[in-house]
Amino acid sequence: MGAQLRQLRQRIKTVKSTAKITRAQELIATSRIVKAQERVKASAPYARHITRAVTALISHQTNVAHPLLREDPERRRAAVLLITSDRGFCGGFNANVLRESEALMAKLRNEGKEPVAYIVGTKGVNWYRFRDRAIEEEWTGFSGAPRFEHAETIGRRLVADFLAEGEEGLGEIHVIYTEFVSMLTQAVQTRRLLPLEIEEVEASKDNVPPAYEFEPSAKTALDQLLPNYVESRIWHMLLQSAASYYAATRRAMKSATDNANELLGVYTRRANQARQAEITQEISEIVGGANALAEASAGSE
Amino acid sequence: MASETLKVGLVSPEREIWSGEAEHVIAQTIEGEMGILVGHVPVLGILVDGSVVRIKPVDQAEWITAMVGSGFFSVAANEIAVLAEQAELGSAIDVAAARAALDEAVQAESRDDETVVAERRARARLRAAGEEA
Repeated sequence: MGAQLRQLRQRIKTVKSTAKITRAQELIATSRIVKAQERVKASAPYARHITRAVTALISHQTNVAHPLLREDPERRRAAVLLITSDRGFCGGFNANVLRESEALMAKLRNEGKEPVAYIVGTKGVNWYRFRDRAIEEEWTGFSGAPRFEHAETIGRRLVADFLAEGEEGLGEIHVIYTEFVSMLTQAVQTRRLLPLEIEEVEASKDNVPPAYEFEPSAKTALDQLLPNYVESRIWHMLLQSAASYYAATRRAMKSATDNANELLGVYTRRANQARQAEITQEISEIVGGANALAEASAGSE
Repeated sequence: MASETLKVGLVSPEREIWSGEAEHVIAQTIEGEMGILVGHVPVLGILVDGSVVRIKPVDQAEWITAMVGSGFFSVAANEIAVLAEQAELGSAIDVAAARAALDEAVQAESRDDETVVAERRARARLRAAGEEA
């Protein structure tokens, strides 16, 4: 076998096994998307109820004064929570989040604020470490399958930092995550988490909240509900990001498989050509040799 | 009114734990236990972190018990939503694990808020599972 042919066959083998791996990863991601979507769906009732309750609470009180609703332009520190993934193989998933965060931080700096980074996911953490940037707090190890405790931990920390007195206190908290729009589209979103803006989940006929009595009082209810609401928002974002991560992985792995298969075609054609060229050469060598022999023996007679 | 029932949903952030029709729900608020029957006025109550919620379903003789953590419940138009960040049905509780958690919380060196809550939750777990605590 000629050197060129051997090299090509080697490459075909490599590309084939790569295609097998990426194909398998594509299938794994596909099955995980379904699971992640189910979790998003299962979390909807809680989000709906808590939003309704918070809306009811706030709309009932004419002058709600709660620290979590306070806008204080004097506070310069602004937190940016980045939700990235722990692992790669997901195309531009993390790059998009990081790009968006750079834009947001630049904007905050222009407004005279001091952005502080809180990061979820190894990829984001490494990106910051590599550039020697300060990270206020990091959480890793659960980006693919978050549990509510994680949202709770993150929420507690952010709320505590938001309420902290003096220099350390945060003036606002932004979150950058990836919303799962559909199997094909995932959009990077920037949301302000605190001070709270209550998002309307449904604007329908029963939008007028009932006149609740509060047990024990509206103030305690607010104290308890608002942090829970923040945690529920973070939970929602973690779930959305996890679903988006798998969708991004699936797409990246699909195009990797497609590319590998295309390469395989090119290499196979080249290998065939090389093989044929080798055969042709061999035949012409044999024919040439035979002719030379025939001529030599004809000359000697 | 009498023929109506309460629509109950016991929900945690991760999923809906239990939902169905009930005739009586008992929950513990910070100020005391509260029983809710059909036709109750709209109320929004804060649950004791680490307490037991009991539900009497329409089609069963047995009460359903569940342990709840930090959360609240809202009653409006015969619909009750019990929302808790931690919630487990009594029938799904791992008694041995709950007892271990209780022991750990009781023996903890420092008596800070965290261990107190952990102890209350462990006790609520055991009570919801029908054990002594």
